[in-house]
Amino acid sequence: MKIQGYNPRDWKSHPPYHFEGYASSMKRAPLKRLAKMKQTLSEITGPLFGPEAVQPRDTDLTRNAGTDGEAMGERVIIVGRVLDEDERPVPNTFIEIWQANAAGRYHHEVDQHRAPLDPNFIGAGRCMSNEKGEYRFLTVKPGPYPWLNHPNAWRPSHIHLSLFGPSFVTRLVTQFFFPGDPLIPMDPILNSVPSKSGRQRLIASYAHDVTEPEWALGYRFDIVLRGRQQTPFESDGR
Amino acid sequence: MKQTPSQTVGPFYSLGLTQKRMNVLASDATLGERIRIEGYVFDGDGQAVPDAMVEIWQANAYGRYNHPDDKQEKPLDPSFLGWGRSGTDKMGVFSFETIKPGSVPGPDESVQAPHINVTVFARGMLVHAYTRIYFGDEPGNATDPVLSSIKTKVRRQTLIAAREEKNGKPVYRFDIRLQGENETVFFDM
Repeated sequence: MKIQGYNPRDWKSHPPYHFEGYASSMKRAPLKRLAKMKQTLSEITGPLFGPEAVQPRDTDLTRNAGTDGEAMGERVIIVGRVLDEDERPVPNTFIEIWQANAAGRYHHEVDQHRAPLDPNFIGAGRCMSNEKGEYRFLTVKPGPYPWLNHPNAWRPSHIHLSLFGPSFVTRLVTQFFFPGDPLIPMDPILNSVPSKSGRQRLIASYAHDVTEPEWALGYRFDIVLRGRQQTPFESDGR
Repeated sequence: MKQTPSQTVGPFYSLGLTQKRMNVLASDATLGERIRIEGYVFDGDGQAVPDAMVEIWQANAYGRYNHPDDKQEKPLDPSFLGWGRSGTDKMGVFSFETIKPGSVPGPDESVQAPHINVTVFARGMLVHAYTRIYFGDEPGNATDPVLSSIKTKVRRQTLIAAREEKNGKPVYRFDIRLQGENETVFFDM
């Protein structure tokens, strides 16, 4: 059997497990050397989700709380493309997002930030990328919120994303930020990304062509997953 | 183009990722031996991690993955995707209800012992970690190419789930240690 593998993780782009500035990583970072493994059938396959994984209202976070009301806050349209390292679109891939509300509070029992909850906002959405790898969400811009990592620590506004891609090894969980946010340079989670260009790639760009008049601002955030290697290698078995 | 950097799932991932129950992989129609997999996720102090998330990906009972790049002539099981997700609970425990997978091919005409592919996420983990679950009662473990690539027995043992019986049902216990003396083997591939 021919195995056409995927490119390795690019450790110049990804953070290390152990990052001094991020206190929670200290006791949760694997410290032993990762075991190198040649990709097998187990790694080049992975879950592919059908359209039934997504309901139409899942892409509108301003209206998907199960109430008749609309979420409070600055309405934003988030668009982007899911690509691989060779700039090929990654079609029909499952995308999940979650975020704080406009006041900077998550609809989650652990979040005790003294900011109001919004009964019309849950802060979770999902969609499938289309044939061109494109996705689109309507939501409200999340607020910044405090955390206990260091004195007077605040997370910049951000939205979490989870993607699968075509295989077990293309899995990615990340988060993106909004341009011009003054908290960005101080954020240890973003600063865990080793290269400046990598950090820059986690900041969405304002997209005036996506902005809809008298309705909502547009932002673009493209995502690049591991690409496929050109040369298949032999892997036989029964 | 360069890969988009990974970031942590953070403390509130359950909002987006585990609102629906996704840890039951096998339905009544699924072929294969019903098994439960359960375990703790521990940090470097041996404390259980209540905000970790574990995902699994596995072949069906015949040893075939439900994916177009698996071109083996083994049957697909239409009732089995082979993927699941479990957050850890307040005690730091995750669990899956699934079936035991069959063997799948490995490199150079080898055969891989039955195994389950695992991704681990948590607050505090900037990048997810990859590991595998092997089954303690499988003779094929002795010749498995991936297990054999781990040179020390102590390290190898972190990948092997022990079989227990609970209420007459097979349970494989698989603890994940993110850090420390018995740190689980995590892979780079």
